[in-house]
Amino acid sequence: MATFFGEVLSVYSRAVEEDEEELEENEEDEQIRRELEEKREVHLQWSPDVSESLRSGNKLQCSDFVLAVGHNAARFLSVCVLNSANWDAVGHASVWNERSRAVTGQTSDESGCVFYRQKANPSVLICQLTCYIAEDQLFQWTEKVFDCLQHRELNVTVLSDSSVADYKAADYLSSNSIPFLRSLNTSVFRGQPVCQSLEQPNILTGIPAAVLNHCQVHRIATVVYQCYSDVIGPDSVTMETYKPALTKLGKSIQLDPSPSTDVLRKFVRSTDIQSNLYI
Amino acid sequence: MFISSENSPPVFKGFTLVMPAVAVGNVGQLAVDLVVSTLNMSRVGYLHTDCLIPMAGNNPYPTCKEDAEELHTAAEVYSSAELKLAVLQIRAPILQTKSKKFRQLIVSWVKSSGFSRTVVLSSSHAYQRDDQQLQGTPLRYLVTPALQKVSEDALKELGWREMERVSAFPGITDGNTEPRLYIPGGGITKGLYTDSCTEDVPLAVLLIFCSEGDNIPDAFALVNHLNDWLHLLDSPSQQPNKWKIPTSWSLLFGSGIPPALF
Repeated sequence: MATFFGEVLSVYSRAVEEDEEELEENEEDEQIRRELEEKREVHLQWSPDVSESLRSGNKLQCSDFVLAVGHNAARFLSVCVLNSANWDAVGHASVWNERSRAVTGQTSDESGCVFYRQKANPSVLICQLTCYIAEDQLFQWTEKVFDCLQHRELNVTVLSDSSVADYKAADYLSSNSIPFLRSLNTSVFRGQPVCQSLEQPNILTGIPAAVLNHCQVHRIATVVYQCYSDVIGPDSVTMETYKPALTKLGKSIQLDPSPSTDVLRKFVRSTDIQSNLYI
Repeated sequence: MFISSENSPPVFKGFTLVMPAVAVGNVGQLAVDLVVSTLNMSRVGYLHTDCLIPMAGNNPYPTCKEDAEELHTAAEVYSSAELKLAVLQIRAPILQTKSKKFRQLIVSWVKSSGFSRTVVLSSSHAYQRDDQQLQGTPLRYLVTPALQKVSEDALKELGWREMERVSAFPGITDGNTEPRLYIPGGGITKGLYTDSCTEDVPLAVLLIFCSEGDNIPDAFALVNHLNDWLHLLDSPSQQPNKWKIPTSWSLLFGSGIPPALF
């Protein structure tokens, strides 16, 4: 680097230092980084009785864990399953990252990931996940959640939303075949998925992938149903596609096959407001 | 953390490890794909770590309908006992804040597994070459002192070009700045190499200068280069298409075109 007066100093220029790490870091940088890392940590909060039993070393007895990722999957559970009032909210996860809105004192980030337990059969657990989990938090979220669950005889079902734009196919997809489901399961999963398996070269990312990775290496029977839809907001047609996936779990989860329009309206309407194009 | 997918943990003592560095154009990863799919290697375990962004998919190297539906993860280890070869495939980017941790994990795993040598397939930005690097072949190599001792003759015979040390400020002659190793766009390549030098790990880096785009030709060039040394296939240069392209390479540039366009 040359100074204004033409002296040449042997300092590395940042401009050509791409991919070079181990730049000298002073204490303040390090502290900022450490604090950021702490802030990005995933926290699970359970209801008093659950956290009590977790503290005494008893993991949650769980035979079926249903995880809904995305607005359509989560609302599908709200409409068809959770509406029956047989469920207790038992905990939530709070996650902070670059997409978290800066609201003070509000619990918006907390309601983005809620756990419910069936009243009659407490070994059935549901999680609705609608908040964004950053790439560096996926692994941690999965580790923390599965750390609370008893692994023996555990069956995991993941319902996940995705855009059809992310789906690769050699043949052009006609619009009447959308939305559709694709599945991916761990090797210990016994049983027949309700739909076609996800074809190469398509892959899963995000929470479904993190859960599959975790369950594959820990040998937990898991199936992910990914719904490819061309509608951005929550809609009843997309929600409908998840139905066969949950009817499989019929004995443990009662599905409301035809929810009343009032209930549907409650969960679908909220997106109408977002578009002001034709006011 | 290495987790075996079989009931008994695999033995890698004396094996050669081939692994990619996630770098420009993903050339190393593509080359590793070619090795695994051509040699029909079997998966023996996973590298389960928080340093990688999770991804999952079905078998990228299916040979028939039956084995197509098999879950595969972000980092997996394949092995071939008769070739004494292990391959680590990395299918996801490394989290930027955790690249140092990832390098440490790789080096400690390589040391504890007892690999006789490790070959890292990598790439570097073609546009950042200096004048001497612009001439001749785009392929370069680097070896750690520990490997230099045992493979010196073999490398001399191959007549490969070593990666040049470049001056920090080209055009400025200054006695104080020593030429340095510089691998722009190479991801963890340089760090892995320097870590292996200090830890006395026998490791070689094979890299190619390239640009982002259709990097399939670069992958073939790199894997043929590797084959000149390790002789995984017999003289593929006579039959250039002996490497088997896996089905996961299909639709690399997106989906089919709507027929209604025409």
